[in-house]
Amino acid sequence: MHDKPGQRLLEMRGITKFFPGVRALNNVDLELNRGEILAVVGENGAGKSTLVNILGGVYYPDAGKIILEGKEVVVDSVQTANNLGISFVHQELNLSDNLDVGANIFLGREPRRKNFFRLIDQKKIYQDTEKILKRIKMQCSPYILLRDLTIGSKQMVEIAKSLSINAQILIMDEPTSSLSRSETKQLFKVLKELRSQGVSIIYISHRLGEVKEVADRVMVLRDGVVSGHLSREEISHDNMVRLMVGRDVEKFYRRKHVITEKPVFEVKNFVVPSKPNRRINFSIYAGEVLVLAGLVGAGRTEIAHALFGIDKPLDGEILLNGKLLKINSSQDAIRAGIGLVPEDRNLNGLIVEMAVEENITLVGLNHYQKMKMIQFKMVRSIAREMVKKLDIRLRNIYQVVESLSGGNQQKVVLAKWLSLKPKVMLLDEPTRGIDVVAKEEIYRLIERLVSQGIATLVISSEMQEVLGIADRILVVYDGEIKGELRKEQASEEAVINLATGGK
Amino acid sequence: MKKVAGTVIILILVIIITTLIDVSFITPYNIKNILRWTGLFGLLSVGECFVILTGGIDLACGSIVGLIGALSAHFLKVQGMSIPLTLFLCIGLALLMGLLHGVLVTKVKLPPFVVTLCGLFIYRGMARFTMKDITQGYGSGFEGLKFLANGRIPSAFWSAGSAPKIIADWSLPMPFVILIIVGIILAIFLNRSIYGRYIFALGRNEKAARFSGINTDKMTIIAYIISASCAGLAAILFSLDLNTVQPSTAGSMYELYAIAGCVVGGVSLRGGEGGILGVIIGTAIVRVLYNAINIIGIATQLEFTVVGVVILIGVGTDEALRLIAAKKALREMRKEK
Repeated sequence: MHDKPGQRLLEMRGITKFFPGVRALNNVDLELNRGEILAVVGENGAGKSTLVNILGGVYYPDAGKIILEGKEVVVDSVQTANNLGISFVHQELNLSDNLDVGANIFLGREPRRKNFFRLIDQKKIYQDTEKILKRIKMQCSPYILLRDLTIGSKQMVEIAKSLSINAQILIMDEPTSSLSRSETKQLFKVLKELRSQGVSIIYISHRLGEVKEVADRVMVLRDGVVSGHLSREEISHDNMVRLMVGRDVEKFYRRKHVITEKPVFEVKNFVVPSKPNRRINFSIYAGEVLVLAGLVGAGRTEIAHALFGIDKPLDGEILLNGKLLKINSSQDAIRAGIGLVPEDRNLNGLIVEMAVEENITLVGLNHYQKMKMIQFKMVRSIAREMVKKLDIRLRNIYQVVESLSGGNQQKVVLAKWLSLKPKVMLLDEPTRGIDVVAKEEIYRLIERLVSQGIATLVISSEMQEVLGIADRILVVYDGEIKGELRKEQASEEAVINLATGGK
Repeated sequence: MKKVAGTVIILILVIIITTLIDVSFITPYNIKNILRWTGLFGLLSVGECFVILTGGIDLACGSIVGLIGALSAHFLKVQGMSIPLTLFLCIGLALLMGLLHGVLVTKVKLPPFVVTLCGLFIYRGMARFTMKDITQGYGSGFEGLKFLANGRIPSAFWSAGSAPKIIADWSLPMPFVILIIVGIILAIFLNRSIYGRYIFALGRNEKAARFSGINTDKMTIIAYIISASCAGLAAILFSLDLNTVQPSTAGSMYELYAIAGCVVGGVSLRGGEGGILGVIIGTAIVRVLYNAINIIGIATQLEFTVVGVVILIGVGTDEALRLIAAKKALREMRKEK
């Protein structure tokens, strides 16, 4: 059925895609041969996901064309993509835990019996499922419930599902992010097996070591353009990193921090519940901005949550000004003077249907009460003061937070914590989803925190931001601190190298 | 506030329509009855609304009315306990039930529906078993206590029959007065205390509340305690009012009236939205409807159907109006751009 390997299967020509305010992709070309594993690598925001989402029918390009087997095709929906034999295995699996393997593979496309009320043809489902599972050499009963499988096996089921629609192109977005080492090995075996059967695979990953292991060819994206190709022999960690970086890093502002030798906040032998076999050690010194860099999903948010007591740490010590803290809940953390600006503003940072005033004073409400009755005058004046201090733009403090712009919403989150005069501030992606002007303002606020002697930890995945604001960078990879870079040693290359698991 | 205004309008509309059909609706006797029932059911509803505000539901309050009501009569009449001890035991028991619901919901992480549904079954069974299905009552004594359910003020300040006619006609039944007092206390708690704001916050977004250092488990438990305690208080008043408690049926389906009062009164079942005043008016609407069915002469077999349909129309219109308003706002926003 398949033509011989090595033949050109797919071409994407001049693909351009705009999102509000940014050009995500600019004139990108991609070629894919039959029976080839092509890895697409790049930093966060380089445009990898956008590119494969266009191929998978999730986005529609603003310019460019897609040529499949020599014919130009229009991929305007996931359905069309599937019909053309293009299948997308997303990072988050789209499977139903309560159904068995066979039912999952044929979900929505169940074969029906001819004559009897068009009921589902169970027999055919399980026969076909067995055939497909054999193709990927998976030893597993089609009757087993999804919830009883390991994550690695679930991933295999997802691949099997793709094969069941006769996919000739398989797109995989970060397939190994939640797999163990041996599961990853198993996955690669299957991918190579599929390659020999003539299936072409587009493989997206941050983990350069794995890319080296599995890819026939690498395409590197940077800021929405192709920055280079590497053939099988050229693939090496250094070569990939060299192509991934190379942007000019503008310093956001020049300032002199007076960094002392005195640690304000110390974390010793700290164990985060999601990574029970990693120990974390670091200190924040007075007067510095410490940045936790790393790629999305490296486990930085989990560290922040554990420090803040949202997830109970399993072991370790936290010291503030040399004094041991006992943190078992967010209440403990707040009492000790720790504040957290969470990554997801709408989900964790704000109660968006409530007024600005109510949001700002929610954490400090305990201080604005007499006999547990809210002192409304005090609450209002605090809210007004914080709005003025942080220059939050709004009509009045009774406005619901929902109606503010992203930047102003983020300032409300900051106002909430600063009203408490914290000693330690943890800021998780503080500039995500806000415009450039608001970003600048947030940076200036961070600056102010530091000058007030607040120990400040910023988690950021944006390289420019990391290099622009940090006095010291800790790079996290797979839940552990891989390395430390002082401001003088910090370069995009050095950070990426550590963040992708290099030495 | 806008929402409360809406419910007030519905209440007035229902009253006007009923009066137009049959003027006997607004006789002092009839109004007095409606207020008394509003007071009794309102106590259940204002308690219920705390649980609904946290995003949960309390299905146990009807069975609590049955169990605590029967126990109250049993303690006084059969066991011969003193009035203060009986009140203490009854309210304390209800409070413990609320505590149990709250702990099961927050610490054991069972769904509120399941926890309180089991409560509904368990308390009903306990009422029937402990009372051996024998109907309980207070007999002819306990006039002072019965005043809480049957008395009226200010007419009670005059000796029997000597109050001026206007006062005798329009005095407020005690259950309604108790509802107003409890309502004011709970409204202050909900709108003025830090705990009330915590409850609103966690009902809207429990995660963000937790990230703001709010002890969400504690606040949720408090909500269940308030609900069960209100049901306990209502139980005593219901039993005194009727002076007879059948363990197998007393309070049956009252949990649904409690929820109906909240829903009609503008409490969102999604949590985090609503207020005490709205709930009291909502309860009044349900009671007026009930009364209207009797007065207008609709077959009593249709009672439930009529109440159900009217609530559906009321809440449905409210939701529809909100959708229209949201669409209009969206259109205007697009125009500006």
